[in-house]
Amino acid sequence: MEYQIEFRDVSVYYGKDIALQGINLQIPRNEIFGIIGPANAGKTTFLKAINRTLEFIYSAKTTGEVLFDGKDVRQIRNVYGLRRKVGVVFPLPVGLPMSIYENVAYAPRRSGIHDKQELEEIVVRCLKQAMLWDEVKDRLHMLGTKLSGGQQQRLTIARALSHSPDVLCLDEFSIAIDPVTTMKIEDVLTELKSEMTIILVTNLVQQARRLADQTAFFNKSKLIEVGPTEKIFTSPVNQLTYDYVTGDFG
Amino acid sequence: MSETTPTVDSDFSLRRGIQKVVDFMEPAIVGLIYLCGWSAIIFVMAIFFFVFKESLPAITGIEEIGGGVDAEVEKLDLVEFTTSPKWIPESAKKPTFGILALMLGTLSVTVLSMVIAVPLGLGAAVYVSEFAKGKSREILKVLIELLAAIPSVVWGFIGLVVMNPMIVDVTGEPVGLNILNAGIVLALMSVPIIVSVSEDALRAVPDSFREAGIALGANRWEMVYKVLFPAAKNGLLAAVLLGIGRGIGETMAVLMCTGHSVNMPTSIFDPVRTLTATIAAELGEAVRGDMHYHTLFLIGVVLFVFAFVINLTADLIVKGIKVQGNE
Repeated sequence: MEYQIEFRDVSVYYGKDIALQGINLQIPRNEIFGIIGPANAGKTTFLKAINRTLEFIYSAKTTGEVLFDGKDVRQIRNVYGLRRKVGVVFPLPVGLPMSIYENVAYAPRRSGIHDKQELEEIVVRCLKQAMLWDEVKDRLHMLGTKLSGGQQQRLTIARALSHSPDVLCLDEFSIAIDPVTTMKIEDVLTELKSEMTIILVTNLVQQARRLADQTAFFNKSKLIEVGPTEKIFTSPVNQLTYDYVTGDFG
Repeated sequence: MSETTPTVDSDFSLRRGIQKVVDFMEPAIVGLIYLCGWSAIIFVMAIFFFVFKESLPAITGIEEIGGGVDAEVEKLDLVEFTTSPKWIPESAKKPTFGILALMLGTLSVTVLSMVIAVPLGLGAAVYVSEFAKGKSREILKVLIELLAAIPSVVWGFIGLVVMNPMIVDVTGEPVGLNILNAGIVLALMSVPIIVSVSEDALRAVPDSFREAGIALGANRWEMVYKVLFPAAKNGLLAAVLLGIGRGIGETMAVLMCTGHSVNMPTSIFDPVRTLTATIAAELGEAVRGDMHYHTLFLIGVVLFVFAFVINLTADLIVKGIKVQGNE
C-alpha cells in the first residue's frame, strides 16, 4: 500500500540542535492523523519537513527521506506544486495583507483559475467550511489583517482549503477559536476526511482523541509511540505516553 | 512574635519609600518626555520662523532697521520670482530674481536620482533581507551603512573627478557636469538610506507572513511582491521619502556635479543649478539686508514648502491606504 506520507529515518538539525531524530512514520490516505506532544518536541518541524518550508531556515539540515505520494519530496522539481498540494494552517493566525476575498482566492488563481464565478464559489465554500462565512460575508473586501485573532485563524483555514490540498496540516488551529466554533470546525474536518488526509498537531490532547484515527506522540525530537488513537489513549505501550495522555507528564 | 517579622516590616517600608520617590518623580519624568516631544516641534517652528522673517522684507517691502523704526526697501516681484528663468542677482543694471530654472534644476536632478535610486534601493533591500544569508548578509549591511557615512563633499568630488570625464567619454558631451552626473551621484547617496530603512521595514514583517505566503505555493518573488511589499508599505514609503528628502536637501554634491549654471533643462545632459546650491554659494557674498539676501531666504522658504508638500503627500497616501483597508 502506498501511503500519503511516509517518513523514512528522517532527522532534522537546526545548526547543532537536533529537532527531529530518526523518525519513521506512515500516514495513510484519508485519515486524520493526530500528533501530540509537549513544546519543543518537533511537531512543527515535522510539518515543515513535508512541504519543504524547512529550506527557508538557513541552518536547517535534513537527512533521511520524506515520501509524498511515494516520491521523495526533495526529488520533486516543482516545489511550489508540492506546497500547493499541502495546505498548512500555522499556529499564529496570519491574514495576508490583502482583502479577505483575495486571501482565499490567491492560491486558486495561482493554479490557473481565473473565472470569476468559479473563484467566488471556491471562496464561499472555503469560508463556509472554516465557519467564517457568516461573520465576513458583508465585508469580503476588508483587509484580512483587520480581523480578530480567531477570525484570522479561521481565515487561514479557509485559505489552506482554497487550493483543495491532498494533505491539510493543522498546527494548533484552535488556540484562538472559541470552543463552540472549534467543535463546528472539527465536524467539518471529519467530513473533509473523505477528500484529503489531515494531519492535526494539537496541544489539546482530547481534540486528538475526538478526531484522530491514529495518533503519534512526540517528545524531545523523538517519536515515542504511534498507533490507533484509542490504543494510545487507553493502553499505550510507553510510560511517557501514558503519563502525557493522562496528564501526569512532568 | 518570631524574629523574622521586623525584617519583613523594614523591607516593606523600604519598598514603600522607593515607591513614594517613584510616585513623586513620575510627573517630572512625564514632563521631561513631553518636553522632548515638543522640542522637535519648537525647533522646526523656530527655524521656519527665522527663515521666514529674514525673507519677509522682500515680500512686504518693509524692513525693521532697529529701534522700532521701519524703512521701505525694494519689493520683490513675486510673479517674476516664480515664473522667470533668469537668476541674475548681482547685475548692476537690473538684478533679476527668477527661480523657475533653479526649481526645475532641483526637480530634474531629484527625479532622475529617484528613478535610479528607488528600484536599486528596494531591490538591494529585498536582497539583503530575503535572499542574502549569513556572512554575506552581514558584510553587505555593514558596507551599505558605510556608504551612508561618506561625506557629501566626497561624493561631489567623485562626480567632479570620476564621473565627469566618464560622461564626456561615453556621451561625447563637451562637459560632464550635468543632470545625469548629479542624478547618479545623488542616487548613490540616497541608496544606502533607502536600503537600510526599507530593509528594516521588511525585516519587521513577521516570519509567519512569509511562511503563510510560501505555504500557499507562492514562489519567493511572488511572496515578496504580494505579501511583503503590502505588509511593509508604510516603511517602504518612508524610505523612498527619506531618499527624496535627501535629494532635495543635498547641497554640496549637487553644487559640484550639476555644473552650477542657471539653465532651463531640456535634456539630462544640460547643466543646471539647484535651489540649495544657490543658497550655499551666494549667501556668504550677499550683502546683509540686501534684496539678494532676503531672496535667498525666500528660496529657503520655498524648500520648506517642498518638504512640507512631500511629507503631506506621504501622509495622505498612508492614510489613503488605511481608509481603503477600513471600507
